[in-house]
Amino acid sequence: MHELSIVSSVLDQLEKLKKQHEGAQFTKVGLRVGELAGVDVDCLRFGFECVVKDTPWERLALEIEEVPRRQRCPGCKAEFRAENWATACPHCGEAATITIAGEELQIAFVEVDE
Amino acid sequence: MSQIVVEKKVLNENQKLAAELREKFREHKILVLNIISAPGSGKTTLLERTLERLDKSKRVVLLTGDLQTENDAKRLAQWGFPVKQIITGGTCHLDAKMIEKHLADWPLEDFDMLIIENVGNLVCPTSYDLGEHFKIVILSVTEGEDKPLKYPAIFVKSELMILSKVDLLPYVSFDAEVAKQNARSVHPGIEILETSSKGEGLDAWMKWLEEKLAAVKSGELVSA
Repeated sequence: MHELSIVSSVLDQLEKLKKQHEGAQFTKVGLRVGELAGVDVDCLRFGFECVVKDTPWERLALEIEEVPRRQRCPGCKAEFRAENWATACPHCGEAATITIAGEELQIAFVEVDE
Repeated sequence: MSQIVVEKKVLNENQKLAAELREKFREHKILVLNIISAPGSGKTTLLERTLERLDKSKRVVLLTGDLQTENDAKRLAQWGFPVKQIITGGTCHLDAKMIEKHLADWPLEDFDMLIIENVGNLVCPTSYDLGEHFKIVILSVTEGEDKPLKYPAIFVKSELMILSKVDLLPYVSFDAEVAKQNARSVHPGIEILETSSKGEGLDAWMKWLEEKLAAVKSGELVSA
């Protein structure tokens, strides 16, 4: 339920970015949300709609790229998707693998009309 | 139409502040723990049992977060260590700004350890770095043994899982081995301790604390 705070943090950063790109109309913001980020994507979309309504951000579209958890095996160097949260290496059986993706909570890009 | 590549963390401000806090903690060699669990898993009780056992020469401070009431701070203040309640007024997690604000008038150089008891919640606190060395997640045996699978993020990010209320195991249909297996399947390296408010496992927990305290003092343990 902290998705509203997340939306506010996104918009705060866009306000700052807007000052560096004077006159540009931001039309879309792209977020990257990893499955380990602790953020519910549907909640985030709903929160975004609620927050931008009747504000200058009302026409800003939201694009979310969901990033699955990926692991790397320190033994055989294989990289794999951690299906159903199982993190053991499917190639050599190594249990202690390292998370290399899935923790992201990032603003990837904004699209602008200039 | 054109695109501006931003590539910034959404919680950039929190992250920056957490990095500043971490630097301060490093400078003063303070061990910082962020304790997270669902409501009612026994965070405050574990801390009460901990403070009771702690050598009174240890310089420990506590911040405890709740949506409302000073009840937890009152419970924890009984052992003479400085405690502050953070009332979030509805916010479901603590963030770095709240920590900074509540630490502002405490002389950090006088302390060895800061224990932060987060708001009871297994989801939102996961996203907010508080500058801690370790997140510790508590799972009680009156919950489901599949919680690590249902809320994997917090189990992945915690160094240690404490299985609490193990004195109730004979009365509940909780399979401790399955719970531990589930935790290890999402986080193979997670350390696990079992405790109860009656005293089981508390020696091992105190030993864990002592080791981490010593490692921070010697400079061997530095949080990244």
